[in-house]
Amino acid sequence: MIKMSKALRTHILNSLDKGMRLDGRKADEIRDIKIEFDVTKNAEGSAKVTWGETEVIAGVKMGLESPYPDSPEDGNLMVNAELLPLSNPEFETGPPGIQAIEMARVIDRGIRESKSIDTKKLCLKAGEKVWSVMVDILPINDAGNLLDVGSVAAIAAIKNAKFPEVSKDFEVDYKTKSKTGIPMKQEPIEVTVYKIGEHLIVDPTIDEMKVYDARLTVAYIANGDIVAMQKAGEEAITIDVIGKMVELAHTTSEKIRAKLG
Amino acid sequence: MAFTKRPDGRKFEDLRKMEAKVGVIKRADGSAWFKIGDTEAYAAVYGPRELYPRFMQNPQKGILRCHYNMMPFSGSGDRIRPGGNRRSKEISFVTMNALLPVLDLSKFSNAVVDVFIEFPQTDAGSRCAGITAAAMALADAGIPMKDLIAAVAVGRVDDKVVADLCYDEEAYEDGPVADIPLAMLPASGKMSLLQMDGEIGKEQLMQALELGKKVMKEIHVLQTKALKEKYK
Amino acid sequence: MSQLKTEDKAIAVPGEILAEGMDFLPSYGTYREGDNIISTRLGLVQLDNKVIKIIPLSGKYLPKRGDTIIGHVTEILSAGWRVELNCAWMSLLGIANGTTEYIKKGEDLSQFYAIGDYILAQITNVTKEKLIDLTMKGPGLKRLGAGRIIPVNTNKVPRIIGKGGSMVSMIKNATGCRIVVGQNGRIWLQGEPKEELIAEKTIKMIEDNAHTSGLTEKVKAHLEKETGKKIEARDNNGVHQEA
Repeated sequence: MIKMSKALRTHILNSLDKGMRLDGRKADEIRDIKIEFDVTKNAEGSAKVTWGETEVIAGVKMGLESPYPDSPEDGNLMVNAELLPLSNPEFETGPPGIQAIEMARVIDRGIRESKSIDTKKLCLKAGEKVWSVMVDILPINDAGNLLDVGSVAAIAAIKNAKFPEVSKDFEVDYKTKSKTGIPMKQEPIEVTVYKIGEHLIVDPTIDEMKVYDARLTVAYIANGDIVAMQKAGEEAITIDVIGKMVELAHTTSEKIRAKLG
Repeated sequence: MAFTKRPDGRKFEDLRKMEAKVGVIKRADGSAWFKIGDTEAYAAVYGPRELYPRFMQNPQKGILRCHYNMMPFSGSGDRIRPGGNRRSKEISFVTMNALLPVLDLSKFSNAVVDVFIEFPQTDAGSRCAGITAAAMALADAGIPMKDLIAAVAVGRVDDKVVADLCYDEEAYEDGPVADIPLAMLPASGKMSLLQMDGEIGKEQLMQALELGKKVMKEIHVLQTKALKEKYK
Repeated sequence: MSQLKTEDKAIAVPGEILAEGMDFLPSYGTYREGDNIISTRLGLVQLDNKVIKIIPLSGKYLPKRGDTIIGHVTEILSAGWRVELNCAWMSLLGIANGTTEYIKKGEDLSQFYAIGDYILAQITNVTKEKLIDLTMKGPGLKRLGAGRIIPVNTNKVPRIIGKGGSMVSMIKNATGCRIVVGQNGRIWLQGEPKEELIAEKTIKMIEDNAHTSGLTEKVKAHLEKETGKKIEARDNNGVHQEA
């Protein structure tokens, strides 16, 4: 992949050496973020994030199920991402590839490991009926940085969600929303830092994503603790570089947190 | 209890409120968004582009591939398992046949024009909304077309012939229902999509088809406006 | 009696009736059905006496013999290089047309053009099945060094170049960038990062406004604002005009 983009990489590096990215941003600058809630009627919760020209929709559906036998008082959370071919000419139809799977699982871990959602609060009747919260993340237009944008969309959709009304016989009435939302103890924000040559950037464009050497996703909660990490890319990185990436991810996550409100 | 009033208060021949916008997905070669009532469709066109696998290539002209997909949270009940199913494959197929009659793919030997249709929310009439959006997206992508295609579902609920059935009308249980998805070439009035679900007599069918022709002209006016809006 | 249903520079959509009657003649982007002349494209109506044509505003590049294009080398074969042109078909640059130098048998072709390189080449032939042949033998054809590649809509390339190259010259002079425009909707830019960005934004602006009039004025004003320099606009005879 990098061989195909050698000319592009040289040019991006030349520009970064002079302190500027190809679109005029500084290395640590992120594009404008807009978040809309309640964007789709049939979901129990939904949000659309427009971040630069990247647009992602996330929706929450809830269903009543039997709990897993080894956790009778816990509801379930599932995060799924589908990289729609609609959003990028390089995405193919078919079952989720590794990019979609990695994205879903990294976002899932950020939410799960931070104990953002108390799964005990999803229990209606111990051993019998628990809520299953299913979050689906779908890009509409991919202009880069899908993982970070998708994670903001997922959190926003969960924040927006309301349980549907349930009858005494555990019949779900999807047409009527209750006033109760999913209690969230934490809001994890994920930031992926990309290393290109010696430079570290955040919120990459499609071109920047073609020429990176290594990337590190770090999920932060409000108190500055880290709740998930994932490294990828062909290059191995020193502890010193990891430290710098973690720091850049932190300051960026604070900027994003301010936007989420 | 006879069917005398529509659940949303519309006249029997009225369409739901519609909105259309062209060029909404920047990465696509052409795109459009169309909303009718609570049914919302995105369409993106990529092409002409390389076609694999090779055995699908046609050296005489390009091929059209349509992909209809509902987002997991778009339906009114349970979550829809992603990955498509037999229903979506069939709808993709009839969508392709609805659009082909107007397309000129002769300059696209061995290549493909892909149309992707996605729904954030649906309330009946999704395949027709998808076709309506796809036609605008194809024009936006610069694919040569003899005409646009407009689509809507008509039918009957009890003794009334209606246009643009909503979910509650499709599900009406107190009398016979027919749901007839249609797509039309606006200039000639010829139909490129015709399906039917339910039961209907021949005379009501003819009335429904004429009503369909009339309201699809209204949809066509909106499509034309949306395409021209992009270049104001 | 023949009747025009639209006007010059109006936006037309596929299926729209542009004229009725046999006095009018259908040209590019239109067809005749019965008495009517109908558009097949989303584009600008161009009326030339009785000839009606549509200038498309969108559509991917269709390769043509003689076009000068910017290609991206994707593979090295024994017979030459496979080159991607931002369209639905791959092209081949054969060894015989690779360069004005003599290429010895068995020589390492990547010395000339390596995978990932961008080249300014010319299309020598396009078969019916869209097999495309290229040549690098010709004035100005060369390997393009490190630079910024901007995809633009192929239909907007004439506007970006301008009459006699006037538009692209204006951008070059204002930003000091080297600019090469491929007819396949690919532009190569090289300059200082800040100036490249200004040139890119200007090109995008031309793309978005290609269907409007007074574009030269708009572009001039935009460049003056971005660079802080006074820009000269040339008319198509190459005569200086103080703006």
